[in-house]
Amino acid sequence: MSRERLIVVAETTPKLPRFVKMRHDKGRDRWIMLAPERILTPDEIAVEVLKLCDGERTVTAIASEMAQTYKAPVEVIEKDIITMLQGLSDKGFLTS
Amino acid sequence: MIEAQEQNADVICATAPMGLLAELTHRCPLQCPYCSNPVDLERASGELSTEDWVRVFKEAGDLGILQTHLSGGEPTVRKDLEQITKAAVEAGIYTNLITAGVLLSKERLEGLRDVGLDHVQLSIQHVDAKLADKISGFKGGYSKKLELAKWVKELDLPLTVNSPMHRHNVEYLEEIIEFAVRLGAERLEVAHIQYYGWAFDNRTALIPTKEQVYRNADIVDEARERLKGIMSIDFVVPDYYAVRPKPCMGGWGSQFITISPTGKVLPCHAAASIKGMEFDNVKDKHLRDIWLHSSAFEKYRGTDYLPDPCKSCEFREVDFGGCRCQAFMFTGDAANTDPACAKSPHHKDLLAIAEQESQREDKEFIYRKFTKTPVTTI
Repeated sequence: MSRERLIVVAETTPKLPRFVKMRHDKGRDRWIMLAPERILTPDEIAVEVLKLCDGERTVTAIASEMAQTYKAPVEVIEKDIITMLQGLSDKGFLTS
Repeated sequence: MIEAQEQNADVICATAPMGLLAELTHRCPLQCPYCSNPVDLERASGELSTEDWVRVFKEAGDLGILQTHLSGGEPTVRKDLEQITKAAVEAGIYTNLITAGVLLSKERLEGLRDVGLDHVQLSIQHVDAKLADKISGFKGGYSKKLELAKWVKELDLPLTVNSPMHRHNVEYLEEIIEFAVRLGAERLEVAHIQYYGWAFDNRTALIPTKEQVYRNADIVDEARERLKGIMSIDFVVPDYYAVRPKPCMGGWGSQFITISPTGKVLPCHAAASIKGMEFDNVKDKHLRDIWLHSSAFEKYRGTDYLPDPCKSCEFREVDFGGCRCQAFMFTGDAANTDPACAKSPHHKDLLAIAEQESQREDKEFIYRKFTKTPVTTI
């Protein structure tokens, strides 16, 4: 992890840090993010976004894929994604 | 009430535990006077075998456990830590090594990473080397810990620094925070120690003042804002200065399991301090069977047993009446409201003890050992 706060913008290429593991929790049928002393349960749309956070796609690219899938305006989606990712980053669950 | 059949997977999973504290051994080269292990330490001769732990982690994964703390004592004392870690990883469990860091070589750490270890949590007793070694009763420990922190980062493993807080480091919180940032930690845990077990016996020598604790809270607030996205900080105040009790273990028998070195299965790592409890052993029964039916888990599961002030309290399902062990220590009945709660009739006594003892400065540590005797003064 860098020693500076990541500010998520359209050009950011987000990814999960090494210590955060996203996996499907079979027993409870939900996706979870695992980190030390923390378990996050992202909602369905957040899960779809996070699956695209591979450190190569930009936020803009992710937003455009999501806009197609959910038939929604890309500007609105991009704004929502940035807010969500910034929140995750500030909690230490996201890097770039 | 939990009722489930083998075939009724939905019911089992809805109530399945999420975290497992695996106390792999009670052996430890450090002797911290606030050790969270029970005062009656379990000896090496009775420890579970490699095969036992491998099987237990398979059972744990099947039961729904998502995270494990590979802890002790000092877990790296065990020569089979790699095999145990691998078994947890293969069961799909997130693995966190809780270590004092004084016994690990870089090669061994690399080996642990290679079997899939997810995270390292390193204890740092103080930012001052001399005081750190005095608190832990282990000379030269501090410099070994720094070396380990460096290796953790070189091997690209994530790091939590854990500094249990008490009177002897409470005034150094700012330094501890900066120190953890410099070490490259993604997370810092600065939980004030809770006064059970060894820490209960050492309370007079360890408890800080209320003012010191509140100053810590302000420092943490400021640092969290400044270090957003850089390092997260977990801070916990001592129960004695709390107003509401902690939701201990997220509810008794609701989310967590502790397994002792000899295989006893406990609802919380301190549960053996409650007299009259009986614990099942993983050597005799499947972990799921113990989780669902063991008398120790059943005893305080849910909130129906709680008397007033909990019974009629709006926070009953928020904090579950707090800590059973503390209720037992203070009131003689583990079913009572945790005296950490301001609504408990015992709360004022708890606070009075804390305020009185926090003024003492001359008390010797009782170091954590297999035989308990005062050793030296800090």
